[in-house]
Amino acid sequence: MIAAVGLLIGVLLGLVLQPEVPIWLEPYLPIAVVAALDAVFGALRAFLDGIFDDKVFVVSFVSNVLIAAVIVYLGDKLGVGGQLSTGVIVVLGIRIFSNVAAIRRHIFHA
Amino acid sequence: MTDEQTPTPQPAPPDGRARLRESLRRPSSRGQVIVAVLLAVLGFAAVTQVKANDKDDQYVGARQGDLVQYINNLSLASQRTEAEIARLQQTRDALRSDTRSRRTAVERAQQQADTLGIMAGTVPVVGSGVRVTVTDEKGGVGSNQLLEGLEELRDAGAEAIELNNRVRVVAQSSLKDVDGGVIVDGKVLRAPYVIEAIGSPHDLATALDFKGGFIDEVQRPDVDGQVETQESDTVEISTVVEPAAPQYAKPGATG
Repeated sequence: MIAAVGLLIGVLLGLVLQPEVPIWLEPYLPIAVVAALDAVFGALRAFLDGIFDDKVFVVSFVSNVLIAAVIVYLGDKLGVGGQLSTGVIVVLGIRIFSNVAAIRRHIFHA
Repeated sequence: MTDEQTPTPQPAPPDGRARLRESLRRPSSRGQVIVAVLLAVLGFAAVTQVKANDKDDQYVGARQGDLVQYINNLSLASQRTEAEIARLQQTRDALRSDTRSRRTAVERAQQQADTLGIMAGTVPVVGSGVRVTVTDEKGGVGSNQLLEGLEELRDAGAEAIELNNRVRVVAQSSLKDVDGGVIVDGKVLRAPYVIEAIGSPHDLATALDFKGGFIDEVQRPDVDGQVETQESDTVEISTVVEPAAPQYAKPGATG
């Protein structure tokens, strides 16, 4: 319940404040958002499995975001930023799909 | 990435759905607050990214090569545009100078037309000059005297001459004596004769008044007329002659 409210507050803040993305953050933000989404879906699945631990969630959330950012940074430095970003998105997308499938099985039993 | 995605089989009787329902009903655990904070951060970041993406998605995330390509395209386009601008400016300048030279030609033609019109007597004129009134009570003043007067005025640079406000004296004008007056260009003029001439007032007045000149001639005892010369800054000559197309004369070779 509080989690849903938190998400709502974040979205509303973003809509109201309309912050400018700093230029140094521009390449990392999209990947970071996708990585955070992956962590959130993983957490939701764990919760439905009954093994949710908030400490684990915080660590996985932060580390997901950081690792995604580091990968993009490294890719840019190596000159393969575009390809590496695509790779990260693909991997995270697959994980999100499998997590969502597990969640669906829990909620709909199907 | 830690291990919450690899769930170990859990023998707990309440299934996921029940757990979700319960958590929505009792929102008070410490874990939920942390999750809420992180979700708020996620929502904020996601919305920000979406907004930023909406703004301009053409160059964000473009590789260096793409950007160089964009810049090349843009500079090519701007070169083309500059060439176009230069071309149009040239056209504009050409048109402008064309207009200017045409206007100059028209002005010169107009000037020439004015000059010729004044000389030929086809336009009314106004300017400084003299007004000479010749009174002739005894009828002694005739074409001789008037012709002398006109010639003196011409000599002194009169640019336009009019007689009695009725006849414009031009190159083709002719004078003929008639009983009690003079016929000028077919019109009978009677005394007093008024000669209006446009030119330098002083020159014109002087030209009439010298020994053996027009005034002497008119005031001779056997003619016995009176001459009154009046210098004026505005002499108006309003009569004009109809220009007649020459019947025999044709322009010859010039120069």
